Amino acid sequence: MSRRVPLGAMARMAGRRALFAVPVLLLVTFGVFAVAAASPFDPVKAYAGTAGLTATQDNLDQLRANLGVDQPLLPRWWHWVTSALTGDLGDSSVMRQPVADVIAERLGWSTLLAATAFAVAVLLGTALGVLAARRPGGWLDRTTTSAAYTLEAAPAFWLGLLAIWFFALKLGALPAGGLTDTASDTVTFDQVATHLVLPALVLGVSQLPWFFLYVRQGVADALEEDAVRGARARGLAERTVLLGHALRSGMLPMLTLVGSRVPELITGALLVETVFSWPGIAAATVQAAVSVDFPLLAALTVLATVAVLLGNLLSDLLYGLADPRVGFDG
Amino acid sequence: MADLTLTKDAPSRTWRSHGRTRRSTRTVRVAASAVIAAATVLAVLIVPPVVQLDEQAIDLALKLRPPSLAHPFGTDDVGRDLLLRCVYGLRVSLLVGLVAALVATVIGTAVGAAAAAFGGWTDRIVMRLVDTFSSVPHLLLGIFIVAMFRPGVWPVIVSVALTHWLSTARIVRSEVLSLRSRPFVDAAVSGGASRWRVTARHLLPAVLPQAGLAAVLMVPHAMWHESALSFLGLGLPTHQASLGTLVQTARGSLLAGDWWPTLFPGLFLIVPTLAIAGLAGAWRERINPRRRSELML
Repeated sequence: MSRRVPLGAMARMAGRRALFAVPVLLLVTFGVFAVAAASPFDPVKAYAGTAGLTATQDNLDQLRANLGVDQPLLPRWWHWVTSALTGDLGDSSVMRQPVADVIAERLGWSTLLAATAFAVAVLLGTALGVLAARRPGGWLDRTTTSAAYTLEAAPAFWLGLLAIWFFALKLGALPAGGLTDTASDTVTFDQVATHLVLPALVLGVSQLPWFFLYVRQGVADALEEDAVRGARARGLAERTVLLGHALRSGMLPMLTLVGSRVPELITGALLVETVFSWPGIAAATVQAAVSVDFPLLAALTVLATVAVLLGNLLSDLLYGLADPRVGFDG
Repeated sequence: MADLTLTKDAPSRTWRSHGRTRRSTRTVRVAASAVIAAATVLAVLIVPPVVQLDEQAIDLALKLRPPSLAHPFGTDDVGRDLLLRCVYGLRVSLLVGLVAALVATVIGTAVGAAAAAFGGWTDRIVMRLVDTFSSVPHLLLGIFIVAMFRPGVWPVIVSVALTHWLSTARIVRSEVLSLRSRPFVDAAVSGGASRWRVTARHLLPAVLPQAGLAAVLMVPHAMWHESALSFLGLGLPTHQASLGTLVQTARGSLLAGDWWPTLFPGLFLIVPTLAIAGLAGAWRERINPRRRSELML
């Protein structure tokens, strides 16, 4: 396996995708602004709060001009796009700081949570999938498959709440939420690690069924292939056949879909971060939505779109690397 | 969640048709799904008008009682019967799910069929738009829409419908494209049928089973979205029982150690979802036994 990595072709593919991302992002931001413009929600009244009830019309108009919401949709959108390119995403009213700062502070925690959960889902899913595929229709296969379908139907926030009840309240083994203990004012590794366990497990388990079902299917199909039969005929150990031959070819179709799980990961994070009060970007999205903080909400929607596009690119690159027949033309 | 039946028919080659036992467990599964789905529909249709019990009846003396004979699911933090609340919640969630799935299917079928029937630039532009919208995570877009148009049932329905027609549009488009090259379409065209007539009389009826299947599978997914939005405090108002608001209001009791107000609404979501997925899987095998269709909902 000393095939040279076609870096040039991969870079060209990434460049093409980046070009394609520009109109997509423009369209998404415009859509976001159009929805906001159509909404009955008045940002001036929200900004002024109870003071808005007694404020004079002049003050309200001045506020409207200051917030820039007196302009029509198109200039407002264009102004937002151009200032976003210079790094100015506006100010978040619910977090009381610039949107860029909110993202910078919270993106790392969300990435940590999502990456841990993803690792849990991939490792557990692969292990269980291979075990289940070894004996199709066996008790292990039937139990795990039924459990997977049930888990897939279970909402992540519900799983999170039950996990809190069991592990934090019943057993008292793990903290129920947050990043650190409430009494602590410094962020230490130990604290974060213990607080990470439950949310990462719940998010991972909510992604698990999908990985499991795919690996099980891929390995079971691969076990019927001639290559595997040949490996068995040559007397290779069951372990080598299963992991070296069946899993390798069975994982291939899954690889292309790994990056495309980013939307589901974001969806899960929105719920899990809220349940566990994890100080990540997804929890901030929900807070922004609840208090209609448009600048934050718009920026985070765009950020999520970027993440999805990056995930798609990643999975296509991986697939092209794993299977040279596919190439990097997309 | 919700690509529940993604792999259900896929195992056909390796896992199925091994004699009678396997077949009978499959039959049992379909029958069980049918019974549960029917029971669900009956419960939400019959219980509210027939059973003259007030789901909002508050009895503080009976608050947070664990499950017992009088209250099989226990009572919530103001003494309301949870079984009754769950049935009412399921009724609301199911209604939201049905309407949203119906609207999404109509939009998706129309867009997909139009894109395929016109072809060329229309098709390219429309499908690029569909790709663009698919790049925004569903729940996030839904949250955004609901946040801007709160509160009420309609914003929830609209937000779920507007985020879910994309997959149906893709399915319908690819079905129409594959049908367009069939001889019966050529026959209709050479018989002088217009583009509209071909689409309406020959293509659409042929894709309806696929679109219907997608719609059925979308119902539990839409219910899931409704409960997620309501749980986040962005969906229905908290006094209105839906599966999501029930879990949301149960959060306080859960932290005090009372598990039943959280557990049962979740089960009310999972069990019908599995039943519908089981039925849809069986239906798919019937209408499309050989091909593995993409139903990533």
